[in-house]
Amino acid sequence: MRNRSLLVVVFLLGCVGNTDRQFIQNKGSDTLVNVAQSWSENYVGVDGSVVVAVSGGGSGTGISAMINGTVDIANSSRAMRSEEKEAAQANGIDPVEHTVGFDALAIYLHLNNPLKAVSFAQLGSIYGDGGNFDNWSQLGIEVPGCSSGEIVRVSRQNNSGTYAYFQEAVLGGGKDFRLGSMDMNGSSEVVDLVASTPCGIGYSGLAYATEEVFMPCVRVDEGSDCVLPSVETAIDGSYPIARPLFMYTAGQPEGQVGAYLGWILGEMGQCILFGKGYAPVTPVVCS
Amino acid sequence: MNSDKKVLVCQDMDVRDSAWYWDKFFQILMLVSGVSAIFLIISIFFFITKEGFSFFFEPFSFREFFLSSVWRPTSLSNPSYGILALVIGTASVTGFAMLLAVPFSLCAAIFISEFASGRVREVLKVLVELLAAIPSVVWGFIGLSIMNPLIIDLFDVPVGLGILNSGIILGLMAAPIMTTIAEDALKAVPDHYREAAEALGATKWQVTFRVVLPAAKNGLVAAILLGIGRGFGETMAVLMTSGHSINLPTSPFDSVRALTATIAAELGETAVGSDHYRALFTLGILLFLVTFVINLTADIVVKGNKRH
Repeated sequence: MRNRSLLVVVFLLGCVGNTDRQFIQNKGSDTLVNVAQSWSENYVGVDGSVVVAVSGGGSGTGISAMINGTVDIANSSRAMRSEEKEAAQANGIDPVEHTVGFDALAIYLHLNNPLKAVSFAQLGSIYGDGGNFDNWSQLGIEVPGCSSGEIVRVSRQNNSGTYAYFQEAVLGGGKDFRLGSMDMNGSSEVVDLVASTPCGIGYSGLAYATEEVFMPCVRVDEGSDCVLPSVETAIDGSYPIARPLFMYTAGQPEGQVGAYLGWILGEMGQCILFGKGYAPVTPVVCS
Repeated sequence: MNSDKKVLVCQDMDVRDSAWYWDKFFQILMLVSGVSAIFLIISIFFFITKEGFSFFFEPFSFREFFLSSVWRPTSLSNPSYGILALVIGTASVTGFAMLLAVPFSLCAAIFISEFASGRVREVLKVLVELLAAIPSVVWGFIGLSIMNPLIIDLFDVPVGLGILNSGIILGLMAAPIMTTIAEDALKAVPDHYREAAEALGATKWQVTFRVVLPAAKNGLVAAILLGIGRGFGETMAVLMTSGHSINLPTSPFDSVRALTATIAAELGETAVGSDHYRALFTLGILLFLVTFVINLTADIVVKGNKRH
């Protein structure tokens, strides 16, 4: 259920008694954790002497670990804040940002929901503080299986990178969420809950999409085009809520860490990212 | 101490074979274990207090903290720390759970202790203990994936995560513990009470309700209190089944958020030492105090039982 703190125990166990292997500690974003694990698993075939131990816990966890100097690479689905950078520098660590991919944030609806398009203004009225959309009838629709018509807002816990990005990109500068939403503890939980709740609406990374939910197209305002979330629209920048995914290293990466990051940004690494439903940084041709 | 005993002790000490050393070793080990339990609990209390207490000074407003239901610790413009909705969430879920679990587990305990015999009793006892061994995350999963759609279908409500779902799950989790403790309390009633009542011509029901239950009263109250403590402290199952939504509930179908679940969901990604971090530790102090008072009361009640 919970994909945070997934440790690649297998790798750790495999290394007992083998001292000439080098460990790379990699921690952070739940959005990135599946990709990061896949990278780590595939990298064994590239350089068997390096073991990448991946764990989740959220962007904030990864960044805290970077500040405290306990990881080599921190994954984050949001940029480091200036006070976090200062805190790292106070510890003698100079965090360097690497964009490793893009993630489209999809709006999820129950399959019964007939809503085909949603605008930022509508999302703001549903999710934002002071918004007044409580009933699907206010969007001019009726949802089968949701007899009361009440909008069940599914959100994320208040320190998730996804939550912070949605707040910044959709609600706009500093505006708060309305209280009373269902604050799920992981990306897949949001999708699971919406899938079983006809009245529900949620937001989560595109990579967590399943057959059980519907994703409407999203438009910035009434005049603009409505764009469906997909890896392609995230790459060409037409989808309005796509965010960069970052990996942070302490200083410019050298040695094994540098080689690993280079491989991630290379064709094979980017194809693995693409295969998990994220948009690569540079166009790649994957088999 | 008399001199006979002294001689005996001296003789014992003369035989310093391996058994003697093992004996001493385990004596010391037990002492260290016992003392460390006390030491650990005091350290935990000091740690929580140290991390959370400073919150009471700086941005803290007593009024806002306890009387506001706006919990928005990561707001960029106006962070607020009101725990009213969280306290009511925890209380309503625990209360609902006890409403279900108390009659169930007391009846189960009476049946196992007074009416069941031989094989039936042994099987029931094992099953009840097995029920207690189910991990809370499994209970949470049952609530999320089975109870949620069921409640939506049965009651035609927008979402099945809330007090009802959480209360049922928590009730099921607390019931086996309460049953076991209540059964022990009934067992502790000496058999001659029952025999005397039966000799006077009382029926099985009369023996149970007029003699055994009043005699075991304190133990049963302690069982209920420990069940409440269990409900207050439960985290994972409540996080998954309550909807985790900041809300002042008006019906059993409303979603709520519990104190424990808030700490679990938010502490992991909070910068150490920030206001948010300290606010979460303040919640920890509150929880610690509540469970401490409940357990202490249960303990005092049981002690009262022994005096009889």
